[in-house]
Amino acid sequence: MATPTGPSKIKWHVVVFLAPAVLVYTAVMIYPLFNTLRLSFFDTVDQQRVFVGLENFRTLFGNTIWSDQFWNALGNNFWFFLVHMLVQNPIGVALAALLSSPRLRFAALYRTAIFVPTILSFVIVGFAWKLILSPIWGIAPEMLDAIGLKFLYAPWLGKEEYALTTLALVSVWQFVGIPMMLIYAALLSIPEEILEAGECDGITGMSAFWKIKLPLILPSIGIISILTFVGNFNAFDLIYAAQGALAGPDFSTDILGTFLYRTFFGFQLQLGDPHMGSAIASAMFVIILIGVCLYLFGIQRRLRHYQY
Amino acid sequence: MHTARDTLSTRLGTHGVLILYVIIALFPVFVIVTNSFKTRRAIFREPLALPDGESFSLIGYETVLKQGDFFLYFQNSMIVTVASLFFILLFGAMAAFALAEYRFKGNTLMGLYLALGIMIPIRIGTVAILEMMVSTGLVNTLWALILVYTAQGLPLAVFILSEFMKGVSDDLKNAGRIDGLSEYKIFFRLVLPLVRPAMATVAVFNMIPIWNDLWFPLILAPAEETKTLTLGSQVFIGQFVTDWNAVLSALSLAILPVMVLYVIFSRQLIRGITSGAVK
Repeated sequence: MATPTGPSKIKWHVVVFLAPAVLVYTAVMIYPLFNTLRLSFFDTVDQQRVFVGLENFRTLFGNTIWSDQFWNALGNNFWFFLVHMLVQNPIGVALAALLSSPRLRFAALYRTAIFVPTILSFVIVGFAWKLILSPIWGIAPEMLDAIGLKFLYAPWLGKEEYALTTLALVSVWQFVGIPMMLIYAALLSIPEEILEAGECDGITGMSAFWKIKLPLILPSIGIISILTFVGNFNAFDLIYAAQGALAGPDFSTDILGTFLYRTFFGFQLQLGDPHMGSAIASAMFVIILIGVCLYLFGIQRRLRHYQY
Repeated sequence: MHTARDTLSTRLGTHGVLILYVIIALFPVFVIVTNSFKTRRAIFREPLALPDGESFSLIGYETVLKQGDFFLYFQNSMIVTVASLFFILLFGAMAAFALAEYRFKGNTLMGLYLALGIMIPIRIGTVAILEMMVSTGLVNTLWALILVYTAQGLPLAVFILSEFMKGVSDDLKNAGRIDGLSEYKIFFRLVLPLVRPAMATVAVFNMIPIWNDLWFPLILAPAEETKTLTLGSQVFIGQFVTDWNAVLSALSLAILPVMVLYVIFSRQLIRGITSGAVK
């Protein structure tokens, strides 16, 4: 831009404008991020921080006490993510498709109401569902009884085989509003002419959705998938609020976030270990980085072709 | 024109499905809030009934207000959220203006550097953040939280705001320059008022995650004086786990402020999401 000073001089106003954001961002986000990666190569020996190379990672992946926990958490995390992809996103797309039907009355009201769970904190959501599903209170068994399905009831959050899926579904319940909104926006931006052209060729209703709209909203589905991935792989709050730091029953709901918390911050009798914690955080960093790169270089590029 | 899409039965079906989902979405909130106004006996005997003259009780709320420092927690959450939003908007807008307005060496690189944080969650760096806060004495202060949330919010703020600032007319800014306004005055007096809608979008996007966060308050500021409402209700509910009246009332009190914020800002939030600001 046209600035009065010559090109050789430092433009001080540019520095002043950039400095606060760059300083805070670098000092509180980027530097700690790399410092955490660096700390994963250190350990405490005789109260001194010493460089140990890959020793922490050898413990994490080689020592069965650690590696069992890590693979358990990682596996649970993938299941958590899979449930979101298979349940949350299809429901979100379906709701958005219904909401975008032409001349739908009360659309704004539906949208606002369905988004309510998304704004509640994990603490509220976790405890509310814990109470509702609790066998002591009996809301869930009573309601199943009313439709004759009482035999299906089990204390889901207390059973190892159901607890993780139940929590994943609670999380789906909470966040379905986000894919719904993003897909809704994408559907609204499809030009009416395209749909009318389809109608002239006899493509209406459901087939219009599958053949015209769905291919056009694929980029939004891609964005939602990567947002879900990053969100799920650093999730922590819901599990902690509902099941505590031990992610019970018997670690069956343990995901990377709760594993990281227990390791570096400590719980009950176990002391916190910042170096092992850093090693886990580094592993999470690599996993998220792989996911983001797969999206940016694999999926997003291919999807570009569909954009109008 | 839309005959096939508009038949009565499909329209009824659409409303039916949407109403069903609205019930699913609101049911837990409804159950929690209505039961918080009931006696312990009524909570267990008829969990789905509305409170009536006989079963109405405020005993849970009395326990909560007596035991917990909910006003202090609320105040802490308020300070942290408002201060973080202020810094995100101010610093974010300044940086966005620099990136959108001036050509300088490393402009693109700086933009990419600031955008890194959109995808990488700040939680990964928690170990080092905690060490830094301990060594600077900021641990168990609200400043620790404000700094973290500011850093966390800046990348997306800069990204969204710089897109908007590129749309501000050059003629206007150049007219200001001819009138002898400094670059700072051009930013604060001319540009900032014009991007107000985008600032509101950024504020609403950041507000709810900051208000609801549990991770950083738990790790950086768990002291009694600095507990946020989210952490405070988590701890309170954990202690009173068998006192159902108190737990339900605490949950209802925690729902209340977010609901108020949502009712005030829902239009802004939904417009922000649907205008494609996050793409």
